[in-house]
Amino acid sequence: MLNRSLSKKRRGYEVLMKALMLLSVGLTAALVLFLLVYVLIEGIPNITWELISTKPSYLTGHIGILPDILNTVCIVIATLLIVLPLGVGAAIYLTEYASNKKVVGIIEYAAETLSGIPSIIYGLVGMLLFSNNMGTSLMAGACTLVIMNLPTIMRTTQESLKTVPQSYREGAFGLGAGKWRVVRTVVLPGCVDGVITGCILSVGRILGESAALLFTAGFAHTMLTFPTGMKSPGATLTVALYVYAKEQGEFGVAFAIAAILMVLTVIINFAATAVQKHFEKRKNI
Amino acid sequence: MSNVINVKDMCLWYGEHQAIKNVNIEIPEKSITAFIGPSGCGKSTFLKTLNRMNDLIPGVKITGDIRYEGTDIFAKDIDVNNLRKEIGMVFQKPNPFPMSIYDNIAYGPRTHGITKKTELDEIVENSLKRAAIWDEVKDRLKKNALGLSGGQQQRLCIARALAVDPKVLLMDEPTSALDPISTSRIEELVLDLKETYTIVMVTHNMQQAVRVSDYTAFFLLGELVEFGRTEDIFSQPQDKRTEDYITGRFG
Amino acid sequence: MKKNQLMEKVIHGIFLVLGLITVGCVLLITIYLVISGIPAIREIGLVDFLFGKQWASTATEPKYGILPFILTSIYGTAGAIVIGVPVGFMTAVYLSKMASPKVKSVIQSAVSLLAGIPSVVYGLVGMLVLVPGIRKIFNVPDGASLLAAIIVLAIMILPSIIKMSITALDAVPKEYEDASLALGATPIETYFRVSVPAAKSGIAAAVVLGVGRAIGEAMAVMMVAGNVPNMPDSLFQSVRFLTTAVSSEMAYSSGLQRQALFSIALVLFMFIMLTGATLNFFLKRERE
Repeated sequence: MLNRSLSKKRRGYEVLMKALMLLSVGLTAALVLFLLVYVLIEGIPNITWELISTKPSYLTGHIGILPDILNTVCIVIATLLIVLPLGVGAAIYLTEYASNKKVVGIIEYAAETLSGIPSIIYGLVGMLLFSNNMGTSLMAGACTLVIMNLPTIMRTTQESLKTVPQSYREGAFGLGAGKWRVVRTVVLPGCVDGVITGCILSVGRILGESAALLFTAGFAHTMLTFPTGMKSPGATLTVALYVYAKEQGEFGVAFAIAAILMVLTVIINFAATAVQKHFEKRKNI
Repeated sequence: MSNVINVKDMCLWYGEHQAIKNVNIEIPEKSITAFIGPSGCGKSTFLKTLNRMNDLIPGVKITGDIRYEGTDIFAKDIDVNNLRKEIGMVFQKPNPFPMSIYDNIAYGPRTHGITKKTELDEIVENSLKRAAIWDEVKDRLKKNALGLSGGQQQRLCIARALAVDPKVLLMDEPTSALDPISTSRIEELVLDLKETYTIVMVTHNMQQAVRVSDYTAFFLLGELVEFGRTEDIFSQPQDKRTEDYITGRFG
Repeated sequence: MKKNQLMEKVIHGIFLVLGLITVGCVLLITIYLVISGIPAIREIGLVDFLFGKQWASTATEPKYGILPFILTSIYGTAGAIVIGVPVGFMTAVYLSKMASPKVKSVIQSAVSLLAGIPSVVYGLVGMLVLVPGIRKIFNVPDGASLLAAIIVLAIMILPSIIKMSITALDAVPKEYEDASLALGATPIETYFRVSVPAAKSGIAAAVVLGVGRAIGEAMAVMMVAGNVPNMPDSLFQSVRFLTTAVSSEMAYSSGLQRQALFSIALVLFMFIMLTGATLNFFLKRERE
């Protein structure tokens, strides 16, 4: 009785389901591996010192991506400089100041909505809102990216604020400190990990962004200087990849940029995990 | 009266830690056997070994010989799913699936290959009747089982276990999460069930062991200290440690 | 003392303003899209706009029917879901229930990487691998097609589906699984007949999230779908999505054509809001 094995039907189900699962996992893993290897193999041979250290010239047909690299750095810095105070401030309001549950609900709902809006819509609204007023420029692009990344910074900061023990706050209040003093001395230091995680995630998102930047920051490849150049249009690496691949058919350059982006993505992923692990460890002590 | 389960020299390790030491026990058919002892004495672990639910925990090693109706339950050709069909289990916390009452009961039979609607209907009704909950739920079989009260949920879980037609029912502190009224209903039910099933029940509550069980096994620090008829264990324990425990000197 | 109180109030006010910025942004985006999207719809007529089968914005007698884009977006998303959901779902079940912790963490970081790859990189690889591949395998004149877009979208929504399904499956109480095993069900039977139904709201949310991602994706689709405003009659047709309709003509558009692009964005926005509301519905149910 006991050693009667599973019925054929049940065994078939077992085998089928297990096969489907392994197939799916294998497919997913193979996809990642393929994308990584393919892009690196196609891209790395095309990365030359000349490519990354010069600017392009229409006269000679030479292509260099230095301006795009600098533009990317500028846009990342500008976006973070603006979004950090806004996002951290909003998170502090939600966890420290807000007493009305409805207000909190509305703000959180708004943040969720923002993170669900596709980048092409951001591009369009950014164009209407910023580019039409300050011209197609890195600054207009950065402003658009600020709205996109606001929910990320808010969420990571909020999460880290929730782990600041209530007793710290009570202790500080007990000493007669005012609300602002408590926030400045006890709460703000507690959200450093959230802010760093948020920054890393945002950098990743900015690096990968193209649709939101096409119509706000444009796709010029001229050399710009920070911060005065923020008023001029310029392509980030990702936008440059698109332009070179789709408009100019320069696949070698496109793959070189893709390989650079891929490596940066890997680094950002590891950094985000490492930072999270680091802070989790500290929290458990 | 014959024995359904025979255990010889059984030991169990969680990694380096030995949780059960050389247990020998014979569980009589169509009776209620209670396992008592302080928390962490290994009684629940031992219970879960009988239907091999411990297999799932990584790092567990079991030695010795456990026989169900004469068959070694750890033999290579044993199908653990059939073993668990024969030896059903009811858990400490009522754990109905988040589905309808009907689907909860039908889950086991369906798993074992019964698909005919009329057949399933009959099994559902019989199981619920045997678990003394039919009258309370017959009008809402399609409603979610999580809407029932704690005591009803536990009787539903008993009905669910009965639906696959087991011979033995293992119960791991089945009333510890329930109020006194629900507890006494479950106890009555268990007394009825022993006409048909062999019941092994872990309990923290010594009054409960006295009220319902025919045999009692006292566990301490992974050892089976004493096993015998319940009235003997509680009136004239042979071992000093049993006496200390049942008179409330420790535990 | 009074000065201090005043300062506290001012600071509270500042934080309140910061908190309300997100709300302001959502309102701003909505209002801008509605204001700039309405005029063209009024001029073209809602029915002609939404159900017109022809888009010829630069013709001497321009036609502004966006049915091809709407249908392409719907078919493309549906196709991506049909391919991406089973693969993602099966992967999630394996990782949540069966994989060793090591395998789980390795594959999960691979999936995060998949999520982090910029969409233009997907587009680039799609252009150079998928599009020629489809042309050769199916022997069609142009591989840039609805099918290519579907495959790229299916890959791009995988990470969202896998991550969210794993979260839902990990949260299924172990008690349910124990009960099923104790009834003689095998582990695999248990995962699919007990754990998955118990996590169904979360898995549904994962699917809706995937829908949102697929509808909103622009650049990768732009690079592989051919970008021709055809009705999506076949998988091998070159097509244009709602997202790409907005971006492909924006650079050189003017007048009514430009306004019509804003109207398309408004339609896209409606779709996104609808999926967002559905997502919230499922997430709320999951929490209960």
